[in-house]
Amino acid sequence: MVFSRYLFFILSFVAIYAALKVLISKSPMHSVLYLTLAFFAIAGHYILLNAQFLAVVHIIVYAGAIMVLFIYTVMLLNLNIQGEFPKSKFANIASTIAGGLLLLTLIAIFKSYDLKVIANPALNQIGLVKSLGKVLFEDYFLPFELSSVLFLAAMVGAVMLGKKDIY
Amino acid sequence: MSSANQHIVSLTGRSKVASNKKMTFMERIYLPAIMKGFGITFSHLFKKKATIQYPEVTRPIAEIYRGKHVLKRDDEGRERCTACGLCALACPAEAITMIAAERKPDEMHLYREEKYASVYEINMLRCIFCGLCEEACPKEAIFLTNEIVPSDYERSSFIYGKVILVEPIDKRVDISKRQTPAVLNFKKDKNQSHNI
Amino acid sequence: MDGNYILYKFILASAILLISLLVAMYSTLFERKLAGFFQDRLGPNRAGIFGIFQPLADGLKLFFKEEFMPGSADKFLYILGPSLTMMIALLTSAVIPWGNSIIINGVEYSLQVADINVGVLYVFAILSIGVYGIMIGGWASNNKYALIGAVRAASQMISYELAMSMAIISIVMMSGTLSLSEIVNQQHGFHWNIWYQPLGFLLFLVCAFAECNRSPFDLPECETELIGGYHTEYSSMKLGFYLFAEYINMFISSAMIATLYFGGYNFPFMDDLGLSHNAITMIGTIVFFIKISFFGFVFMWVRWTLPRFRYDQLMRLGWKTLLPLALVNIVITGFVIMLKNHS
Repeated sequence: MVFSRYLFFILSFVAIYAALKVLISKSPMHSVLYLTLAFFAIAGHYILLNAQFLAVVHIIVYAGAIMVLFIYTVMLLNLNIQGEFPKSKFANIASTIAGGLLLLTLIAIFKSYDLKVIANPALNQIGLVKSLGKVLFEDYFLPFELSSVLFLAAMVGAVMLGKKDIY
Repeated sequence: MSSANQHIVSLTGRSKVASNKKMTFMERIYLPAIMKGFGITFSHLFKKKATIQYPEVTRPIAEIYRGKHVLKRDDEGRERCTACGLCALACPAEAITMIAAERKPDEMHLYREEKYASVYEINMLRCIFCGLCEEACPKEAIFLTNEIVPSDYERSSFIYGKVILVEPIDKRVDISKRQTPAVLNFKKDKNQSHNI
Repeated sequence: MDGNYILYKFILASAILLISLLVAMYSTLFERKLAGFFQDRLGPNRAGIFGIFQPLADGLKLFFKEEFMPGSADKFLYILGPSLTMMIALLTSAVIPWGNSIIINGVEYSLQVADINVGVLYVFAILSIGVYGIMIGGWASNNKYALIGAVRAASQMISYELAMSMAIISIVMMSGTLSLSEIVNQQHGFHWNIWYQPLGFLLFLVCAFAECNRSPFDLPECETELIGGYHTEYSSMKLGFYLFAEYINMFISSAMIATLYFGGYNFPFMDDLGLSHNAITMIGTIVFFIKISFFGFVFMWVRWTLPRFRYDQLMRLGWKTLLPLALVNIVITGFVIMLKNHS
């Protein structure tokens, strides 16, 4: 178990470093790629928690689809330093306050949450395909189906927006 | 097929009337057509290959092939060329150039005519191997042979001078296949404008 | 986790890595030979008999080529692109069951590096991040052709990934597992999935071509319009990595097709031969490689038969034909499974 503890620290370091780099990087392309790296590190954490299904789906959905679309957009936007517009002081202050409030909320959530140390992640079965499927399709059947309807509605909306001539 | 297309006569009998008819379901899924294409390419695996293993095997070429030029000598080993410049004039690619010189009395055994070409150069990169120089020559001095001009690395090495072009005295080039009696007769025909 | 176990895994992983590289190397020669044959030529035959040293000569040439980097390129990402492509291409081979198990001294050694219970999804994850190498390389070159190639690659990969995963869902529904080794074991003997999922196989095959950027879907690198697409600015071994990764992808895709639809290492009458377990395993692995070679041949056969798609045709095929067909396939499969469970 010592080995997986070292792995945890390495992954955490990578995740935090990459997340910071997302904010610090001058080039938007680098930011997006560091975000991808952060997602990979988090997928590694899922594997350490014996949640292989979640880890793989996390990579497929975030790294494989969403981040690719991000890069796609960034590639076509041609965001170089010359084209960057100067941000106003008001925007800076507003974003700092908003970020600080988010941080406060997160800290409050963590404080109120009863954090448990999982003794042996290998015994934790919830992240595996079978148990996750059972939970989703037995205990949370209605919310699961409702969320899929939500996605369908979003998809239909996107198609309608994308269509040029609606009559 | 509309009646308007009916009176268009196909001379070869191979032309097809284009139609924009709606494709049937079988045609729209394309799979039968794709399979047919696979069949065609697969059959080519077993066809006879057209490749010739070049340096070892060469493609047979005609005896009157128009390749590298040769400047002929006569029976006594004297150069035939008199540097008249007709070949250079006839050359459509302007590949030929020469400098004429007068024959000295002690050079009687080298040159047949009183005037000879001291420099005779053909730029093989310009030459299109049409054979008009051969046709224009009144002294039967220049001929094209069935030898192929080899490739080289530098442009300058494609300008062939007399060293390469004049046939070696001990290794005469046979051009009898090109210089048939019919060709000689044709050259004597003064009714042909270019022979005057 | 004793030393013996680690040693066995290490040997297995190295062997598979070496075989993948070797197969990719020789599929370049195979492709050139086949291209020649399809066009009534002979193909490379000067380097050794049948040209067997041609891949070595090609590799050597690539190594000694001038290493060129565009002045305005993003240096780090420019190098990262081909390296990432190569690395990701080699990752998938870990979960493919190359054969059944070998029993030595009563201990069973599986011929699969990692039998993870989400094997199918792992393959998808690798496939979906496979586009990064191309995108990064294409963007970092700072060249419009490379950029267009990268953009095309990204949208093509995402579009066809969808139809591909839908096609595989039918298999997963049938076998009730995401583990590749179990999917293969369920196709024991001659119960191959192709007999039950012909439509799914066709969809998967088409999508596999698109995911490998192979003809007729090689729009990211089409020579006529994009001068090589995403690898326009690459030279020397970096270009070699891109080209090589394509052949590794082809090998892995062939292996996936054979695993999912053609029974992997299973072959008909494998129980009637009366041979020992180890012998059956060895024959099975050979059979598996024969299947892979056949699909490798199909990849090349298609390349030299079909012309390239136009971009709008590519998108229409992916979204308007393959995806609905895959959904229909899922519905039919679900219906049949329901009927079977009720009777």
